[in-house]
Amino acid sequence: MFYREAGDFRTSYTDDSQTFPITFDRYCYFAILAVAFLVIPFLINDYWANAVLVPLLVWSMAAIGLNILTGYCGQVSLGTGGFMAVGAYACYKLMTAFPDLSIVFCVLFGGVVTALVGVLFGLPSLRIKGFYLAVATLAAQFFLVWLFNKVPWFYNYSASGQINAPERTVFGIAVTGPNVEAWAKYLFCLCFVFVFAWGARNLTRGAVGRSWMAIRDMDIAAEIIGVDPLKAKLSAFAVSSFYIGMAGAMFFANYLGAVEVTEAFGINQSFLVLFMIIVGGLGSILGSFAGAAFLVLMPVLLKNLLAGWLGWDTSIATHFEFIIVGGLIVFMLIAEPHGMAQLWRIIKEKLRLWPFPHAN
Amino acid sequence: MKLRTSIFAAAVLAVAAPAAMADLAIPWLSYRTGPYSPGGIPVADGFEDYLTLLNERDGGIGGETIRVVQCETGYNTQKGVECYESTKGEGSLVYSPLSTGITYQLIPRATADGIPVHSMGYGRTAAADGTIFSHVFNFPAHYWDGASIAVNHILDLNGGDISGKKIGLVYHNSAYGKEPIRTLQELSGKHGYEVMLVPVDHPGQEQKAQWLQIRRESPDYLLMWGWGVMNSVAITEAANIRFPMENFIGIWWSGSENDVLPVGERAHGYKALALHGVGADFPVMADMQTHVLDTGLAAGDGDQVGTVLYMRGLYGAMLITEAIRVAQEMHGVSDITPEMMRDGLENLVITEELMAERGLPGFGPSFAVSCENHGGPGIGWVQQWDAEAGEWSIVSDAIQSDKSVIDALIKEDSAAYAAENNIEPRCG
Repeated sequence: MFYREAGDFRTSYTDDSQTFPITFDRYCYFAILAVAFLVIPFLINDYWANAVLVPLLVWSMAAIGLNILTGYCGQVSLGTGGFMAVGAYACYKLMTAFPDLSIVFCVLFGGVVTALVGVLFGLPSLRIKGFYLAVATLAAQFFLVWLFNKVPWFYNYSASGQINAPERTVFGIAVTGPNVEAWAKYLFCLCFVFVFAWGARNLTRGAVGRSWMAIRDMDIAAEIIGVDPLKAKLSAFAVSSFYIGMAGAMFFANYLGAVEVTEAFGINQSFLVLFMIIVGGLGSILGSFAGAAFLVLMPVLLKNLLAGWLGWDTSIATHFEFIIVGGLIVFMLIAEPHGMAQLWRIIKEKLRLWPFPHAN
Repeated sequence: MKLRTSIFAAAVLAVAAPAAMADLAIPWLSYRTGPYSPGGIPVADGFEDYLTLLNERDGGIGGETIRVVQCETGYNTQKGVECYESTKGEGSLVYSPLSTGITYQLIPRATADGIPVHSMGYGRTAAADGTIFSHVFNFPAHYWDGASIAVNHILDLNGGDISGKKIGLVYHNSAYGKEPIRTLQELSGKHGYEVMLVPVDHPGQEQKAQWLQIRRESPDYLLMWGWGVMNSVAITEAANIRFPMENFIGIWWSGSENDVLPVGERAHGYKALALHGVGADFPVMADMQTHVLDTGLAAGDGDQVGTVLYMRGLYGAMLITEAIRVAQEMHGVSDITPEMMRDGLENLVITEELMAERGLPGFGPSFAVSCENHGGPGIGWVQQWDAEAGEWSIVSDAIQSDKSVIDALIKEDSAAYAAENNIEPRCG
């Protein structure tokens, strides 16, 4: 009934290789985009922006970044928090050094700087892999956080080591700083995430993406068929860090507005993003969104449910939140080890046949 | 083929924001969970119990009952933001985040929303400059006062001359812990001592390397800016290297029972700054017993009553409620708005008579907040731990911080903030 392919003719290669080859799927995608761009900005309030949607978009961006590296290229990284910090501090230095520079470029340059740092820390991946690479990226995490704590130049010699995002505008509308409207902040992040998620999806479908996946599946075989591991691995590190850097820049500039490196970009954040892509689904852009939604929205939902509606004591509600979210992660991984993206694929298969499950 | 069905409950994140009721909503961003909960619980208990006392004994303030709007942050900045956004719609009068990191988040947001923030003895020190930070208050004393009070205490011990001495600072490697560094460096120029910095990373459970360094460089005095488990670990390590406890002085957040009790007898003589009096021997506690504790209305488990941090929370609640009274009087209405609350905080006058009337004679300094000065008088005491008796006692007179140095630093930092954010100075 849903996802019926009968009558859905694809008459050219372009039609056949598009991202959403099924008409129903494609319309759903357009509908979601329309709601995200045309409906939500009119309904959004501060709570929804600051506590739900902006963090969701920022973490989705970070998850896409890590998914490119870990999910598509098979290089395990625990340095996500550190790379986000690079993006945030690069963005901050640019924002304060060039007050007239558009915030769009600050975020982009934040990503570019992070890409360079990422390539640097990706160099060991040419020699080591698996757990050993995880340890090398873990070193990046601790080194970067230490660096931003230690060198006062990065935080403009402020007394407390905090960095604060000054007000910056896009087309005259504030998108950072204290006076920003909820919708402006949301749309700014949404545009970035939309453009780059679209880019990531197409990148992973092209030659570059295939070379990453070849490396992931078996690096020696990939080398034999002509994939250059140096180019593939370092480009994965660069692109992944670019995304993570932009996520860090938006995390600082749009979401929180003031950060302190130890807390905002600690090892916890690295694990959080890693959990997102594992729960969401390795090697899937949709999975990045699903994982980010699961880990960002579930605690907020539970908090509102337990403390807000049921009126539980806030501390008990918080403890239960930990238990329930932890339990759900375990349940998810047992029920579907390949993540929520795989679950979605299965549902789609079922829906194609529904209501005749024994059709084939 | 066996059909496995997975049912997904489509959960809708509907956030019901109840309409502001006619009462005084005071949000409390607590942390009763996480690694800093040993500090968060007693402060929260004291804060809530005092407000419950006012409700039970006096029927609220000016006839309006007080409603505490709770939100759990776990000392986490992101959760703090979520808490702020979810509670600000309830007519919240004033925020007390009890976390320097969350205070930094709230300063621009709350100012834009017109809601005051009272970060008592924590937060951004430069907020003491009311000309720039219109909605932020950190009276009665802030971190730079604390640093200066500690140095003044050391000066007193040494007959006014500490040139050539070495003072170490063991600090939580965060915005909170870094706050006093500038002041200590500035004061070292004036008094000729040497500063030695020893950062401890969150959460501070492991400090062997730091204390090895301290033993090697053997500073004459040690200051500590710690919170949570870091405090007791540091005091234990100090005892291990036989550092003389009376030369070890913590900030007021490093001077509670939780910090010294785990160390046992070896913590004897450890000093900390005091923002207010010690002990629970005040008339208000008798009322607390009758109206709150005996009636089973105590917040939490009720086992924190009378501890240093409990009294800190109580003092914070007392200052806020006094500001509500001022606001009610100024504007002639009992159901005040956040903007009126801001006026109340800015015109707050605490006198000795008022403290006695509230059942807290001599508990805190008397001071007056003004448009220019949101930081209070900067007066503190030094308290010392007596491990045998198991209690803190005040061992110094009231110590005034060195405002000649601090005020210039505050002006400098607030001017930088004003320049970054295009803020015009207020107050004529």
